[in-house]
Amino acid sequence: MMGPARRVTVAHLWVAAMVLVTPVSAGALHVEEVAPGVFVHVGQVALAAADNGGDIANLGFIVGEEAVAVVDTGSTPAIGKDLRAAIEAVTDRPVRYVINTHMHPDHVLGNAAFRGTGPGGGDPFVVAHHKLARALAGRAAHYVASTDAALGPGHVTAGDVVLPDEEVEDVRRLDLGNRTIVLKAWPTAHSDNDLTVFDPATGTLFAGDLLFMHHLPVVDGSIAGWLGLTLEAAASDGAPVRRVVPGHGPAIGHLPQDEDVQRDYLAAVAQEVRAAIADGVPLGRMVRDARIPSGRWALAEDFHRRNLTAAFAELEWE
Amino acid sequence: MDFAQKSSATAGRGLAALALAALLTLPAAAAEPTAWDDIRANLYGEAPLVEDGLITLEAPYRAEDAAIVPMTIRTALPDGDTRHVAKITLVIDENPSPVAAAFTLGESAGVTAISTRVRVNAYSDVHAVAELSDGSLHVAARFVKASGGCAAPMAKDPDAAMASLGKMKMRWFDAPETSPTHASAQLMIRHPNNSGLQMDQLTRFYIPAHFVSTLTIRQGDALVLRMEGGISISEDPNFRFDFTSNGAPLTVEAQDTEGNLFGQSFPAGGA
Ligand SMILES: [Zn+2]
Repeated sequence: MMGPARRVTVAHLWVAAMVLVTPVSAGALHVEEVAPGVFVHVGQVALAAADNGGDIANLGFIVGEEAVAVVDTGSTPAIGKDLRAAIEAVTDRPVRYVINTHMHPDHVLGNAAFRGTGPGGGDPFVVAHHKLARALAGRAAHYVASTDAALGPGHVTAGDVVLPDEEVEDVRRLDLGNRTIVLKAWPTAHSDNDLTVFDPATGTLFAGDLLFMHHLPVVDGSIAGWLGLTLEAAASDGAPVRRVVPGHGPAIGHLPQDEDVQRDYLAAVAQEVRAAIADGVPLGRMVRDARIPSGRWALAEDFHRRNLTAAFAELEWE
Repeated sequence: MDFAQKSSATAGRGLAALALAALLTLPAAAAEPTAWDDIRANLYGEAPLVEDGLITLEAPYRAEDAAIVPMTIRTALPDGDTRHVAKITLVIDENPSPVAAAFTLGESAGVTAISTRVRVNAYSDVHAVAELSDGSLHVAARFVKASGGCAAPMAKDPDAAMASLGKMKMRWFDAPETSPTHASAQLMIRHPNNSGLQMDQLTRFYIPAHFVSTLTIRQGDALVLRMEGGISISEDPNFRFDFTSNGAPLTVEAQDTEGNLFGQSFPAGGA
């Protein structure tokens, strides 16, 4: 245990004040300590909607002796604020880094809530894959509009979109004070800007959306690229991956079994799509006639046809 | 790309003309003007568009992936009709650049179907308009529900597309059952087809627009189809078309907005 200082009284006052100012906020997000100094908030396995306020992705933070690193910030600044309240409930150390695992709105649109939470009241460094800025900038207007559609207007504005200050091309180490975390930028898989965060001290890997559990995996990058990687490759500094925090699903899963379950789904999609391409079936007909997988996966009705579409357009080039 | 942009000046004139036409012919109609009213007036002025089934449009009701929405346009002339389809225009009404593609068809090519993939930004009507050799205009429309959440109408891996920019692939399929004299082929071209992003004061980010603006397919010297396209065509533009093959090789020429020229020839038949 890194022994984060507690500041319960102050945090409670702050949360109470925040509730008065912003009624959207329900106070500190519930977080669990999955390993010493490593906290995870479990988002709902659901589409962003008014009844969940966009609380649909797993978020977390890692506490070092000097500073905190946040891993993903949620769908809205309100969720980011609640995550910030959760952090302030366990430590008074500043947030030195806000890390985004990829450009999707449920992972990055809470960034603005962390303005001023850095050392000395400055802004934290926002750190991401070197391709995140382009991907997010190109999609930001669409994400703001789709958030308005899902949650109602006013939850996110263009001014809440915060692009990274620090970009990772390969591997980058961040020091939190006697605790160094390892950021790894991956080739195109779930998206073209996936980044994982590994804490060698506890063997905890934040996989971002390179790992889905329960929630049907979503392909927004390259299915072949995704099938070609293994999260074990994130092990670093002599430490194995002891537990992995998925981007969607429960607080933790384990390698290799939970990644294998995901790989089985992705491999089945690739196989079905390759067969359709070989048979000359047009994309539209293949997707229209597809059978939606039942059983294990939540949100298959929402994402399976989309995955077939993306996989078809990609694998047609093989 | 001028043809694909909404011009407020001409849109205004078009609207006025349309309003006048509405007064003359549809005294009861007092509906709000739609995006289509503007676009239609821009493209066709006051010419009548008939929805007579000569052209049909297949589109999914829900855009599963906003960046890759498959669309198929078919045309069928009555037996013995000596006219031919000269031009087909595909419009995504609510997109920032609504005219996705304008196809000019070869007089002897007998093109009866074109499938492509488009970006759909928002809930939108989609229109396909056929212009026949006698100047008559025929229309079909479908409504497409946008996908929300993290689905955005953007290239998934622009670097991969750039790495093999202009690479082409031609596939051949069995003749369609409905017209066994026809050939069925599919042209694919690697291109990010970037919609571009203006410098944004907030994000200080700039992505130049870079897309395939024209693409011509000939068999021998005879035109099969020519496409003038915009940013609504998906990354890695893809056109599947049913046509009457004359047995000559298919030659493809494409040009993008940066002046790159891509060309390749493919033997007829394939299979
Ligand atoms: Zn994601």
